[in-house]
Amino acid sequence: MTFLDELGRFLGSENVREQLGRNLLEHCYLALLPLVLGVVLAIGAGWLGRGRRRMRGALFVVGNVLYTIPSLALFLVIPGIIGTKITSSVNVVLALTIYTTALLVRPVLDALDNVPAHVVASATALGYRPARRFLAVELPLAVPVLAAGVRVASVSNISLVSVGALIGTGGLGVLFTDGFQRTYFAPIVVGIVLTVLLALVVDVLLVALRRVLTPWDRTAPTRAEVTAA
Amino acid sequence: MGIEFRGVTKTYPNGTVAVDDLDLSIEDGTITVLVGPSGCGKTTSLRMINRMVEPTSGAVLLDGRDVREADPAVLRRGIGYVIQHAGLFPHRTVLNNVATVPLLSGWGRRRARERAAELLEIVGLPGELGDRYPAQLSGGQQQRVGVARALAADAPVLLMDEPFSAVDPVVRQGLQDELLRLQERLGKTIVFVTHDIDEAVRLGDRVAVLRVGGSLAQYGTPADVLRHPVDDFVAGFVGRDRGYRGLSFLSAEGVRIEDVPTVRLGGEPGVAPGWRLAVNDAGQPRGWLPPESIVDGVLTEDDLVAGGSLYRQGTAIRGALDAALSSPAGLGVVVDDDGRVVGAVTAHQVLDAIESHPESVGSA
Repeated sequence: MTFLDELGRFLGSENVREQLGRNLLEHCYLALLPLVLGVVLAIGAGWLGRGRRRMRGALFVVGNVLYTIPSLALFLVIPGIIGTKITSSVNVVLALTIYTTALLVRPVLDALDNVPAHVVASATALGYRPARRFLAVELPLAVPVLAAGVRVASVSNISLVSVGALIGTGGLGVLFTDGFQRTYFAPIVVGIVLTVLLALVVDVLLVALRRVLTPWDRTAPTRAEVTAA
Repeated sequence: MGIEFRGVTKTYPNGTVAVDDLDLSIEDGTITVLVGPSGCGKTTSLRMINRMVEPTSGAVLLDGRDVREADPAVLRRGIGYVIQHAGLFPHRTVLNNVATVPLLSGWGRRRARERAAELLEIVGLPGELGDRYPAQLSGGQQQRVGVARALAADAPVLLMDEPFSAVDPVVRQGLQDELLRLQERLGKTIVFVTHDIDEAVRLGDRVAVLRVGGSLAQYGTPADVLRHPVDDFVAGFVGRDRGYRGLSFLSAEGVRIEDVPTVRLGGEPGVAPGWRLAVNDAGQPRGWLPPESIVDGVLTEDDLVAGGSLYRQGTAIRGALDAALSSPAGLGVVVDDDGRVVGAVTAHQVLDAIESHPESVGSA
């Protein structure tokens, strides 16, 4: 039996297709909810760390240490700390939120540093209070640099969710554990293809979101235009 | 709204003294320029007015009240602020940039945008720029938007920190003229920081010269500072040309204006031994016809040598001297307010008038 026949038979089953849909949805939820939470938390960390050199250094150290903990270990340790069941999806969401936050702390601070100081100073001089200035001026201007970091984090999350399958939390990773146990290649290949597709689609959506959030960023003349003029 | 610095000192933790015991009284409705080399504390002083910097000792009074009694954000909404490069928000359209302070002060969105559109017109920008982003504007236009934004909430006080130093000289002069024109109409209390003594003299009703270390060297009218610098530092800072620049404040009353031989464009000039000034039908100067020129038929602009600068009657004597020195004929053309030729002056006549002037720069 060729591999294509095997693949055809695997995908031909109604049950399998339904299961794939569920896995895909689960995977989205497990990867993207932590992404959103992580972005919010990292922005909060950015608010604390911007303009304070010591706080900034401390945030980087904590971020790096957290990001170094192996994901499987984190999935197993979290239930022990917060008392969830080992197969609970909360564990994965929490672990990935920690990774996302750790991964994004540096891009967020870099993005905020990238906002021109004279723009921030003029916002202050016009009468913005610090919190409103952060949300209305600094954060929107940080989006272009921040967006690059978020794209990396989304890909990282989508790939890490698969590891959760080892402890039975669902997602597309189930296809790998399943295929491995049965020495059956079809689900493994389908799992890889779906994971990559999901990562691509999310990336395209993030690029679109960045464009919507930064209409002003397209108006600056590009280098080619400047040279031509 | 008057502004007063009372014994203001600013010392930074590393021991640097930015401003040293500054006493300065800024009159309501005037342009006061703080000028000095870098490190003289002019920007620091300016920023103490809107509490961007807090004094180490002493007090800054705005309309008689210590600025430290006010909530900083509210205080700042009542003080216009323009900086170098304008400091516009790149992510907001021109109109929304200008509407910033009205929106912060709780005006409705519509009213704020209407006010912003009005301001664009006042600073001489076409309304269709309102929907653009700052990056799509030239440096001079951005600077105008900066001024419009500072004026939007109708604050009585305007702080300007080297607002025109990043644009090219021609644009800068246009912006300076515009500011003087606006001020005539608005009568704000403007505090203007620059390192450029020419700009200070041009714009200021009063000029405060600061020295490195943040102490006040001299405070007076521009004419005063140019004519009677209190010490070597001020004399050095106002520069070598201060004698010539001082002529900007001297009237040309004593200069005798002589008749000048003219020829009309489109007429037949014939030949003459001296320079003749060509005028158009409105009597405005178009150029000079050199001595002994032979014109074939009627006189056209092609037969002429370009003229020098024109001196408008009633303005300072500096213009008269410049007109005489820049004219190919050695005769400075004097025109009236409509640009029609009144007569001409020679450099000798202008210098005689300067020497016999009671307030002559030579006596300083």
